[in-house]
Amino acid sequence: MFRLANPNRFMQWSGTILPWSAIATVLLLGAGLYLALFVAPPDYQQGESVRIMYVHVPSAYMATTVYGLMAAASAVALIWRHPVADIAAREAAPLGAGFTLLCLVTGSLWGKPMWGTWWVWDARLTSVLVLFFLYLGYIALINAFDEPTRGARAGAILALVGVVNLPIIKFSVDWWNTLHQPASIFRLGGPTIAPSMLWPLAIMALGFTLLFVTLWLMRIRSALMAAKLRALRLQQAA
Amino acid sequence: MEALDHFLAMGGYARFVWPAYALAVIVLGGFVIETLVTYRKRQRALDEAEKRRR
Amino acid sequence: MSAFLTLVARDLRLALRQGGDAAMVIAFFVLSVVLFPFAVGPEPELLQRIAAGIVWVTALLAALLSLERLFQADYEDGSLEALALLPLPLEAQVLAKCLAHWLVTGLPLIIVAPLLALLLQLDPAGYPALIAGMVLGTPILSLIGAIGAALSLGARRGGVLLSLLVLPLYIPVLIFGVAAIEAEIQGFGPRPDLLLLAALLVLAVGLVPFAAAAALRLALE
Repeated sequence: MFRLANPNRFMQWSGTILPWSAIATVLLLGAGLYLALFVAPPDYQQGESVRIMYVHVPSAYMATTVYGLMAAASAVALIWRHPVADIAAREAAPLGAGFTLLCLVTGSLWGKPMWGTWWVWDARLTSVLVLFFLYLGYIALINAFDEPTRGARAGAILALVGVVNLPIIKFSVDWWNTLHQPASIFRLGGPTIAPSMLWPLAIMALGFTLLFVTLWLMRIRSALMAAKLRALRLQQAA
Repeated sequence: MEALDHFLAMGGYARFVWPAYALAVIVLGGFVIETLVTYRKRQRALDEAEKRRR
Repeated sequence: MSAFLTLVARDLRLALRQGGDAAMVIAFFVLSVVLFPFAVGPEPELLQRIAAGIVWVTALLAALLSLERLFQADYEDGSLEALALLPLPLEAQVLAKCLAHWLVTGLPLIIVAPLLALLLQLDPAGYPALIAGMVLGTPILSLIGAIGAALSLGARRGGVLLSLLVLPLYIPVLIFGVAAIEAEIQGFGPRPDLLLLAALLVLAVGLVPFAAAAALRLALE
């Protein structure tokens, strides 16, 4: 990983991986969509609305995973001052926010037929909503300074503070929920998830992951190219 | 045709299921497009700048 | 230790000389609480049900108001650079600043909160938990706010950014603060929630100085 701190090495490495990642993404998402919409069975309780799960659950998984990656990249950036790590963290954020938004809205669309309401202050939903605000705060902070390195480092600190806050939020909202709302526990998807549903879900989740990896690598490469361009232009102006 | 109708109706849940998938396509597709466009633009600019340097 | 106390005293003196902060925080607290009966109607039953939440949310927002200036003045006139060169570690200085901030803004909030709860017809059983929660919670608000204040130093739209950064972090404090009051009113006992607040306070005292000091060093580079 530390060899990749060198921008040129990163460009080389990512350049070889990227085509494979892109192909795998297309294949997995294609297969996943086909399985989710045509092959997977309707749920005995929720009917066809369960198909939303194949978009919602992978989004939720990505929302939290991307934040973890963002925090890890931030830690590397703060400790070892790797410029690529800084860029990696900043480029992950919009993607993470996008997955979180998708998770919230598809969850709402799934919740309406299932629970009869567009929103419920359940522990999980509330924690994901807070996660969305953490992403927005991070993006705002990164862009709030004229000097880009200041923004990147400030964002790194915030990302790590946010990591501490995430389990606290989850825990506190769990407590809040069970103390004050007569909770009927809704189990998503039924008692255990049948293999006929598990496979489409797993493939969609894998597809989402590879989509993220592909986009992330591209965006980091893009940012590195922009940096190189700025440097070249400064040289040529001199 | 009936099979297509049945599929599109999604057992009565169409107005929940299709917006969910549509949003996924819009958000994720939007990211793909934005990433690709920016990438190509920067690649072109970088190639030009490097050519001018030589 | 004496350097620590000197810093606290310095900040207190500066705050008292300026005079505005505590008054502004209290004024905002009172005014925003008073808005609610106008908005939801004066029925005692309704107000009583939401009293705990209103007092806590408005206290939180009032605390937020005064945070922007936590490091601002020192940053702008260069004293922050001088302070960073002191033998007292920056982390300890952050704690000193938070302590001073709490004395100037948190304490008044604790004193005024029960009076406002009176206006909102809070169930009398809830007062001890309200006060205990505020005593534990307001220092946490100052501490967490310090991270936001340090991170947004010199940023464009610093005040709004500060709120955006800090409010998600405030949510656990809010939840446990209100839960303690509700628990006491309903007879379950506020202990678990107050203990959780205490745990958050310990966590904040332990972790915040490092995050805030890192952010301050970043601002000074």
